[in-house]
Amino acid sequence: MEYFLQQLINGITLGAIYGLIAIGYTMVYGIIGMINFAHGEIFMISTFITLISFLILGPMGGGIVAVLIIVLIITMALTAVYGWALERIAYRPLRGSHRLAALISAIGMSIFLQNFVQLSQGARVKALPPVVTTNFKILENENFVVTLSLMQVVIILTTVFLMSLFWVIIKYSALGRAQRACEQDRVMAALLGVNVDRTISITFVMGAALAAVAGVMVTLYYGVIDFFIGFLAGIKAFTAAVLGGIGSLPGAMLGGLLIGLIEAFWSAYATVEYKDVAAFSVLVLVLIFRPTGLLGRPDTEKV
Amino acid sequence: MEDRTQKKSEMNPLPLSNWHAHRNAIRDGLISCLITAVLLIPLTGIYSVQDGGGLALKYRIWELILSIICVFIGRFSLSLAESGHQKLSICGGLVLFLAGALWSGSHGIIGVLGILGGVLIVIRSLWSSQSGNFTGSLECIKKLFQNTNKQWSPHLSLIMVLIAVIFPFLPLTDRWILDLSILVMTYILLGWGLNIVVGLAGLLDLGYVAFYAVGAYSFALLAYYYQLGFWICLPLGALLAALFGILLGFPVLRLRGDYLAIVTLGFGEMIRIILINWVSLTQGPNGISGIPRPTFFGLEFKRRAAEGAETFHQYFDLPYRPIDRVIFLFYITLGLVLLAHFFIKRIRNLPIGRAWEALREDEVACRSLGLNPTNIKLSAFALGAMFGGVAGTLFAARQGFISPESFTFIESAIILAVVVLGGMGSQAGVALAAVLLIGLPEWFRELEQYRMLCFGALMVIVMTWKPKGLLSRRVPSVTLENIERTRTGG
Repeated sequence: MEYFLQQLINGITLGAIYGLIAIGYTMVYGIIGMINFAHGEIFMISTFITLISFLILGPMGGGIVAVLIIVLIITMALTAVYGWALERIAYRPLRGSHRLAALISAIGMSIFLQNFVQLSQGARVKALPPVVTTNFKILENENFVVTLSLMQVVIILTTVFLMSLFWVIIKYSALGRAQRACEQDRVMAALLGVNVDRTISITFVMGAALAAVAGVMVTLYYGVIDFFIGFLAGIKAFTAAVLGGIGSLPGAMLGGLLIGLIEAFWSAYATVEYKDVAAFSVLVLVLIFRPTGLLGRPDTEKV
Repeated sequence: MEDRTQKKSEMNPLPLSNWHAHRNAIRDGLISCLITAVLLIPLTGIYSVQDGGGLALKYRIWELILSIICVFIGRFSLSLAESGHQKLSICGGLVLFLAGALWSGSHGIIGVLGILGGVLIVIRSLWSSQSGNFTGSLECIKKLFQNTNKQWSPHLSLIMVLIAVIFPFLPLTDRWILDLSILVMTYILLGWGLNIVVGLAGLLDLGYVAFYAVGAYSFALLAYYYQLGFWICLPLGALLAALFGILLGFPVLRLRGDYLAIVTLGFGEMIRIILINWVSLTQGPNGISGIPRPTFFGLEFKRRAAEGAETFHQYFDLPYRPIDRVIFLFYITLGLVLLAHFFIKRIRNLPIGRAWEALREDEVACRSLGLNPTNIKLSAFALGAMFGGVAGTLFAARQGFISPESFTFIESAIILAVVVLGGMGSQAGVALAAVLLIGLPEWFRELEQYRMLCFGALMVIVMTWKPKGLLSRRVPSVTLENIERTRTGG
């Protein structure tokens, strides 16, 4: 029971991180219908920016909370610029051409960014000593202690907050309306005065900023990063987005949570080596029985 | 693509007045400067190194400033070239070129980029100074190329095959080039196999490497446990891969588009993870070595034969040359590639091939005409997988050693890039793209660390330059002659 509870906590934390990255995939997919394959690399870049800015700001003193908030803001801003530049360079010239062209361009960008970071930051794993070390004991018996770290609480709360914020933005703001309009019909939206290019750019910026939040959390929570983490995190997050139903914001969250839980429980009760296999198998099973994901709308076939 | 260039030429019909053009150019330059600075400072300008127990920061201030200056000059002259002020922009290009040449000694990659950028800008401004605009000249070249292509294409393919046949005996050919051409041909096989799935049947498969791995591992394992040779394992590997294609394809082929893409990607990763972790069978990450080489009707290409057997050079009474083995493998690969080409060319005209293309264009229409989409998709998947298996067996025979390292997602991405860059559905395009993407980077082995960087950049550049692929030909193999097609691509 105690063990189960501990895994539940770990799984939810992991799931929150996957969910944050998955939103970037799902928003971009919703609006331009392409897999933004380089999104995982954007996340990876944000972990490196976190590391650098923390190493600069950390020794300057000031309260740890203030430092962390400044690091978060810097990382979100810089990563957002990366997201914007990515869209501008690799995707905008390809708008309106075949879907696979954009996908190849995205994969190319992903390879480029990975090697760019490897060359400029080095190929070795970087380890940051844990910054926030407060732990709460919630359950204790003679041989097992269930702990909930402050970092986990922060991760879960931030994720819930950001999710609701974005949901409100998409549902009620003018920007969100523009985004949904572009999602339905780009030409019509443009005719009605929506600046489609800018809306798409903002979508990329938003996705990158959320990935940056995930990046800050991963860097502070796990403390180990290298230039290759973007790939697996990206695939998992995309799996989460597909599992929840791509294009749906709550779906991305649900999918992320499920993937996180599956991974945590599979590593705990079965084998750690096959945790990725388990995540993908669940994806295949869900898609066989619900081909558009858990919360996705069934798409109608047009002739 | 045509639309875009047309729009561009409409957008700047008149050269702007000097003052406006210069102001715009400076503004563009400053903006891109600023963005470059923001992008580069946190990742290139500052980097962390392991220092004792913790991490220490280091700075690359000079490189940063140099690259920002390069970006400014580049963007400035490009803006000028676009607004028709070629003199100043050529000057800018030359300055960039010289700066690049100057810095290439001390700051390698920035210098190279500067040289390249300078050359491109000069070319761009020279183009725009010509009376006919850029698009016009390109069209001209295209037409010329198409005409010669039509006249020469039957001869051209024959000539190419002849060159390939005598290739091992050309004076400049050494072992390294032969080895490289075997690798390129393996990728051509892979590209054609994936082309059936992606280009003809229109199914996006991101885990094609799984079948490549199945082919390679079935050869390696059969050789390791049952001492089977290459010639038995080649058809077995192809068969097993095709079987795998059917097994994997069966549950997932009713998914559409990107759902299929992510599931195939998942399968590719799963196979790799299983290969790594099933140590008792596959020896895990250590891989399998000592895979036997192909034999010439039972004659080995070794210096000394095993007991009671003869080697190739003993039997034919030739002096022993190690390169003979490579030449032999070259011919096997060439034969398989030609066979595959013939096979795919024929099957595209069979009902099954036509059904693939029909399915790609419109699934609903296909179903209403009484075709069974699942069976058609399965056949495409299985045939594509079969080519993957053949290529995998060849790969194992060439390397003599395989490990799960060789079958990562990047490999799938490269094969997909070969297909899409070549122009989906085009056999010659795929071959061209394989030479370009596999052969060219190998050539620059010395630039080892920048190789994958350039590879990624090349993928983005070629795609944004020609989104339909180098030799795009997405016309169905069979059409009704007199009906004008209203829908192309999609």
